[in-house]
Amino acid sequence: MSLVTLALAGGFALILIGLYGALNNRNILRIIIAFTLANTGVHLVLVAVGYMPGRTAPILDAAVPVNQANALIIDPVPQALVLTAIVIGLGVTALMLAYALRLFASRHTLDISKFTELKW
Amino acid sequence: MINRLLTVAFLAGLAVIFIQLLSGYVPDTDLNLTASYYASQTAPDLGAQNVVTGIIVTYRGLDTLGEVTVLFLTAAIVALVLVHGRAIETERGPKPFPAGELLQTGSHLLAPMILLLGIYVFVNGHLTPGGGFQGGAIVASAVLLLLLTDPMRRFSHRLISRIESTAGLLFVAIGLLGLLFAGGFLDARFLPQGWFGALFSAGAIPLIYSLIGLKVGAEFSSMLLSLSETEDEK
Repeated sequence: MSLVTLALAGGFALILIGLYGALNNRNILRIIIAFTLANTGVHLVLVAVGYMPGRTAPILDAAVPVNQANALIIDPVPQALVLTAIVIGLGVTALMLAYALRLFASRHTLDISKFTELKW
Repeated sequence: MINRLLTVAFLAGLAVIFIQLLSGYVPDTDLNLTASYYASQTAPDLGAQNVVTGIIVTYRGLDTLGEVTVLFLTAAIVALVLVHGRAIETERGPKPFPAGELLQTGSHLLAPMILLLGIYVFVNGHLTPGGGFQGGAIVASAVLLLLLTDPMRRFSHRLISRIESTAGLLFVAIGLLGLLFAGGFLDARFLPQGWFGALFSAGAIPLIYSLIGLKVGAEFSSMLLSLSETEDEK
């Protein structure tokens, strides 16, 4: 089992664990944590897809002469995308936490089954 | 019960898809067309050592501007959603148990160093792994440490929002300078490229990434402060 498959498998497993937790928990804080887990799994999968065996990080220092960059560095695009995704994920988590605080203030509970206004 | 069964069935289906993806996966041996353009052109075009920074700040600069806007919106919405709770925070109610000597001394020792590390990370974003977003997060972690030590501590919201809005305005202004003096909006090449690998090199990239770092640090700090200053209605 190579490093890439291991990272991919770990990422997929994190996504599944996170979704299971988000769908099966009643406590809003646990749901938020589960979403964060799934989010991390997606990041791991994306970074692993950009990895290529035997190559190095996309930084052109002494180890990577500029004219050989094409043959020596891994794909920089997924890394840039994941950087964006991490930041947006943090924003989403902060929003979820703020709403959870408001929900707790209005109902004094974090049990999602007590919030039934949108249920049919 | 039926819900749990449905969940497990759904996740099992997803797992089958993932296993299919995983079993047929072979890592690429060559960079694809986009990646190889970035790999070969970042150094001669932009003079940045860190290819990822070149992509984020220049090639996809507009994307980054949008990302920073999303963060700003998040910070604004968090403050808006929590603003009702903030009116209650007064001196009434029991004071929280004071932090121990170790935590207080440690945080006062560490906070300036964490700030310095954050600034180092975003100033060197074009040379080493790191950049504005990472550095901004490190800067905000110093604020978090101070808040953990003393939950009643108050930071100046006005200062934070000044830093945030000034950095945002300058970011857009530099983008417009790129439009006027170089190839397009957010083009960093209107400043000289300098020595490849020096701190002052790569055109306006270090400038833009430092502004992003300040903006992100201020936004994260304001989110932390909003969350920390909200108290339960008694």
